Amino acid sequence: MRVERSAPAGMAWLLIAGLAVFMLVMAGCGSSSDSSSSDELTEVGAGEGQLNLIAWAGYVEPQWTKPFEQQTGCKVNAKVAGTSDEMVQLMRSGQYDGVSASGNATARLFEGGDVAPVNVDLIPNYETVFDDLKDQPYNTFDDKPYGIPHGRGANLLMWNKNDVTPAPDSWDVMLDPEKAAAYKGKISAYDDPIYIADAGMYLKFHQPDLGIEDPYELNDEQFNAAVDLLKQQRQNVGEYWSDAAKQIASFTNENSTVGTTWQYQYFALTGDNQPMSASPASQGFLPKEGATGWSDTWMISNVAEHPNCMYKWMDWIVSPKANAQVAEYFGEAPAQSKACDFTTDADFCDKYHAADEEFWKRVYYWKTPVADCGDGNSDCKDYNDWVQAWTTVKG
Amino acid sequence: MQVGTLLAGPVGWLVIGYLGSLAVLLIASFWEVDPLSGEVVRNLSLTNFQTLIDEPVYRTIALRTIVIAGLVTVTDVLLALPIAFYMAKVASRRGKALLVVAVLLPLWSSYLVKVYSWRTILSENGPLNWLLDPLGLHGPGFGNVAVWLVMSYLWLPYMILPIYAGLERIPNSLISASEDLGARPGHTFRRVIMPLVFPAIVAGSIFTFSLTMGDYITPRLVSNNQFIGNVVFNNITNDLPLASAFAVVPILVMIGYLLVARRLGAFEHI
Repeated sequence: MRVERSAPAGMAWLLIAGLAVFMLVMAGCGSSSDSSSSDELTEVGAGEGQLNLIAWAGYVEPQWTKPFEQQTGCKVNAKVAGTSDEMVQLMRSGQYDGVSASGNATARLFEGGDVAPVNVDLIPNYETVFDDLKDQPYNTFDDKPYGIPHGRGANLLMWNKNDVTPAPDSWDVMLDPEKAAAYKGKISAYDDPIYIADAGMYLKFHQPDLGIEDPYELNDEQFNAAVDLLKQQRQNVGEYWSDAAKQIASFTNENSTVGTTWQYQYFALTGDNQPMSASPASQGFLPKEGATGWSDTWMISNVAEHPNCMYKWMDWIVSPKANAQVAEYFGEAPAQSKACDFTTDADFCDKYHAADEEFWKRVYYWKTPVADCGDGNSDCKDYNDWVQAWTTVKG
Repeated sequence: MQVGTLLAGPVGWLVIGYLGSLAVLLIASFWEVDPLSGEVVRNLSLTNFQTLIDEPVYRTIALRTIVIAGLVTVTDVLLALPIAFYMAKVASRRGKALLVVAVLLPLWSSYLVKVYSWRTILSENGPLNWLLDPLGLHGPGFGNVAVWLVMSYLWLPYMILPIYAGLERIPNSLISASEDLGARPGHTFRRVIMPLVFPAIVAGSIFTFSLTMGDYITPRLVSNNQFIGNVVFNNITNDLPLASAFAVVPILVMIGYLLVARRLGAFEHI
């Protein structure tokens, strides 16, 4: 009896001792997570048989992964992510070989030591990639390329033709408090802190006295104006989306009638005969303010288990035929200049302005906001501020 | 000693896997992040808690989460009591078995399937609006009301089962005795049944309250409003320490809830 009675007390001590040991261990491993910067590959060997990728919806599809698997023996396992935050989080798990990172993830992945530099000499198809995609601040760090450009595009303004007339040519249907009120509860906005840049871009056009140059480099005053605009928009937003399938369902069910979207959802909806329309090719797919957009980069993890397969993939995805397929499937401009000869629509590259460097100056590629935004003052809002502000916008 | 050996496995799991993860959470809530990479810097400070207190939005979100968890709990008690009473005291043996199966049946299908079906039900072109349209009415659409409806549906079985078990334990003779002494049904319910079944209600409410507080998928699918869980989820990549600090809030609320529940006698028959 006595032994049994004292057991609970003993157990409690055991628990406390265990916790104490655990906390000591945790405190002790403080500095062990520093990642060593791994060197780039010097030659591509035989494939390892597997390849684990993180990708945007529509980037890894059987049409171009099957032939890749047959040629290289690398079986492709893709995990689709809905936001850049999710991509960064997944990459930090260390379980993936590579990621199709947008500009608002690349710098964070580099700073976090999650990715390795790419030896572009081992990627034969890199040479004919469009020049204005190479050596960009979002894919090159410390003068070393940290990835292979995949393709680029602009975020679309999409609307339901039956409900939104006349066809809008400006983001004001979503962002002007008075005009947006006409679609109260039916507006679909992207659920990510980077969406603040859409407001920044809108204000750059409509309130030039704020002096916004780059929608990702906002000082206190500019940032507050953008956040206030989004707080007003909040009243009219029906749904914030971060999952392409969820947005498609929303437009199909008429829960949303106007919103910001990707070509992927637009094609899925029009392919399903839904009455959707988007800024037409004649306007260059852009509302008059321009648009935020992306220029994506395949990056390799610095703890990649299958680096050879990843190098083979990075070469494959910018090979003319595969790059044409993925660009047409997703609806974005290819990164490979020779891809234009392989598109099923002969005018595809013209329509998507693939080689039109002037056009891309009106597209603001996603990038990571940092405090030091070029003028040496460190007075810009950094990404932490953006994340915090996004929480307050959604309320 | 032999008992000790037998217990070593489960207790070890409890300490390392279960309490250990809580300990990590608590420590992490005092850390900071590097603004550029979002990497965790292991400096102890109170900045995260300061942010949670200074920014009114976090209070709004915490309050919203707690209020909806409370509403869901009350709704489930009101729905579960008559159902459980019918199951325990009125239905035939066969009927009872059928009802138990009916209550458990929703638990056999995936949580996500159920939430997505509610998304369809509540959507603009959904069945609810189709039903209400001839009456000139319109469904609640997506929002707090939708979250409340869906959560009440999701966690109802967790309320019915404990109340049913509690009612089963009340001897029928007590109810007959109360009637023989001249108490009307309402009086019997208030003075005889309620005091006996109350601990079971509190036990069920622990489930409904904590499950609602911890959920972040339902609010994401049927509303635009953030719950504590959504903020935790959104900050995990970028600001793990802030996410941890906010995750401490429901822990504190639940500790308070459990202390009150213990005073009310919820754990006396376990």
